[in-house]
Amino acid sequence: MATNTYRQPNQIMIKRFLSLEWKQYFRSSYWQKNIVINIFMVLFALYFVGLFLVMGFFLLPALKKLFPEQDPFILLNGYIFYWIIGDLLMRFFLQKLPVMSVKPLLTLPIKRSTIVHYVLGKSGVSFFNILPLFAVIPFSIMLANDGYPISVALSWMVCMILIALIINFLNFILEAFSSEKGLSFLPIVGFAGGLFAINYFGLISFTDILGSGIIAVSENSIYLLVPALLLIVLYSYNFKILRQKLFLDASLEAKGKEVNASDLSWTKRFGDVAPFMQLDLKLIWRNKRTKSMAFLMVIGLFYGLFFYTQDVYLEMEFMFAFIGIFSTGFFLINFGQFIPAWDSGYYKMLMSQNIKYERYLRSKFILMVMSVVIMFILGIPYVYFGWKILIAHFAAAIYNIGINTHVIMWGGSFNRKRIDLDKKAAFNYQGTGAVQWLIGIPLMIVPMALFGLINWLIGFEVAIATLIILGVIGIVFHKKLMTFITQKYLDSKYKMIDAFSQDN
Amino acid sequence: MINTKELSKAYKGTTVLNINTLDIPKGQSFGLVGNNGAGKTTYFSLLLDLIKPTTGNITTNDIIVDKSEDWKPFTSSFIDESFLIGYLTPEEYFYFIGDLRGQNKADVDALTAQFEDFFNGEIIGKKKYLRDLSKGNQKKAGIVAALIGNPEVIILDEPFANLDPTTQIRLKQILKDLAEKQGVTVLVSSHDLMHVTDVCERIVVLEKGEVIKDLETNPTTLKELEAHFASGAIATSEEEE
Repeated sequence: MATNTYRQPNQIMIKRFLSLEWKQYFRSSYWQKNIVINIFMVLFALYFVGLFLVMGFFLLPALKKLFPEQDPFILLNGYIFYWIIGDLLMRFFLQKLPVMSVKPLLTLPIKRSTIVHYVLGKSGVSFFNILPLFAVIPFSIMLANDGYPISVALSWMVCMILIALIINFLNFILEAFSSEKGLSFLPIVGFAGGLFAINYFGLISFTDILGSGIIAVSENSIYLLVPALLLIVLYSYNFKILRQKLFLDASLEAKGKEVNASDLSWTKRFGDVAPFMQLDLKLIWRNKRTKSMAFLMVIGLFYGLFFYTQDVYLEMEFMFAFIGIFSTGFFLINFGQFIPAWDSGYYKMLMSQNIKYERYLRSKFILMVMSVVIMFILGIPYVYFGWKILIAHFAAAIYNIGINTHVIMWGGSFNRKRIDLDKKAAFNYQGTGAVQWLIGIPLMIVPMALFGLINWLIGFEVAIATLIILGVIGIVFHKKLMTFITQKYLDSKYKMIDAFSQDN
Repeated sequence: MINTKELSKAYKGTTVLNINTLDIPKGQSFGLVGNNGAGKTTYFSLLLDLIKPTTGNITTNDIIVDKSEDWKPFTSSFIDESFLIGYLTPEEYFYFIGDLRGQNKADVDALTAQFEDFFNGEIIGKKKYLRDLSKGNQKKAGIVAALIGNPEVIILDEPFANLDPTTQIRLKQILKDLAEKQGVTVLVSSHDLMHVTDVCERIVVLEKGEVIKDLETNPTTLKELEAHFASGAIATSEEEE
């Protein structure tokens, strides 16, 4: 390559990339400030590794015991299809292509293909691909141990690894497609749902085809070429789309669809708070992170169904209060815990403007109260599971309005972490600090414990009354509490401005 | 109008700003120049009470800025892009600022209509969020937003940076008019010596946090400033040798 003498060989370049990433990770102030969260994540990962190891070692004996008449190996391979669908769905929502910040590299003498191979190669060693190994490898060992030919166990193992990688690259193609078309999660749901439906209604039985296919591969390792070939095709396709995107103009391209301004004049009835309410509503609706948070409210609404459909929980009355607090306060908790960090991007401006802090906070308060009322009304059908549940939810809603709104806003005055509004909500820990973990205690545990205790000692009616009375006290002293909270925010003004102007 | 007394700001023992006294009368167009790290933005941030002074204070209209908030109704500013709310369109942003400064939609529309030339048709009615505008257009929106509500003091940090030449010339005219015709006290900082000398009646040079020159603008001011900064460049190059 005489023309490329000024270019460094790929291996050296990749080493450099790795060292850059290492620095990027450990030098980020985010890492240094969030050791607790990192430890938490490591424990979370270890938990899954343990789970998969147990599965790998015990699945074979367990299947043999449960279904003595069937060949466990054939049985398991019949279920691989569901694993693929499930894994694909998981990855779509949680795994992102590990894009490095390529912009500064584009003008340097590095081959574009090197960058692309690096990014794609790095995705191959993602946690999502390594995790199945902890189940696949022990399972193959158990297979060989159980008298299956070693060649079968080995080919099966290789086949599973190939499948994991195939899912990996298939996911990125789906993600690229949906982000390009702006369809968010519709393509993946359509794709996975379509495959599932075709299989379920027996049009084409993917479970059988895949099952017998994997068994054929295991028995005759030459067939491994088929998944390997598929993997190469998917990799090349990924390479193609990523390479096309790797131009400066792709990021410079004028973005921005037309804005649909909505009429928010109904907020005028709230008087001088209206400008802030309009701002807050736009904040929620026009940013990725807040928007996905709003969608999560659906989960909050249906949260009770996980419990109330099981008779065990219907007998535990203290759970009613907990579920009530959680489902009517879902928005309150998710939105409230990041006040005022939602406005961190332009906090300096707000602080230099002629605003009354109390108004700024009152707007957030009204929004939270409205959400509690709406969530309670939407949750009225829970009465189907018993009138006690409805009453408990009502008491919880009052408690949320009177106490939790104030508590969470007070907690907000300790927020020192900036939030980028353009990142998604699920598994996004940005802006999370010790405050968010601690605030959960008075918010959820206290009312639940209080309710449970009084319910157990005295009775259901008194427990309900306690929550309602506490809530009403909070509502009565709203003005006083707001003055106190506003003072807290004023006291930490400089600290907040300083913290919010720092990147993490 | 704006009086600075024994003002200093230190971070962990390092003094970044130290101004013994600096008085800016009403209606003056005041320019702040200096190299990076000279303390320009620090001074403006102190003036807006975004950071706390280590010693001393600033008063505007006899209001101590870090004690009372009463200076806010007549003071407006644009320091950097973090003053913009990215998820609003420029119009929505102007109306929001207008709401905060007691101006209704019609008032705001009347004001922004005067800046049609300045906007060059790239701001109003484009149905784009501020975060999707180019740096220059974001700046234009921010500067005009700072003019909403008839402020008596306007503070602009580096207003000429990122603007195209035509807009720079228009901005200079706008700033001159504000001070001369409307009696507004205008404070700008800049790295561009030519622009400040064009706009400002008075220029203060900061270096390592201290006021080292305080000049009334006249035809020779630009030469003097250029000589000053050039001598700095020669001095450092000699030091390096």
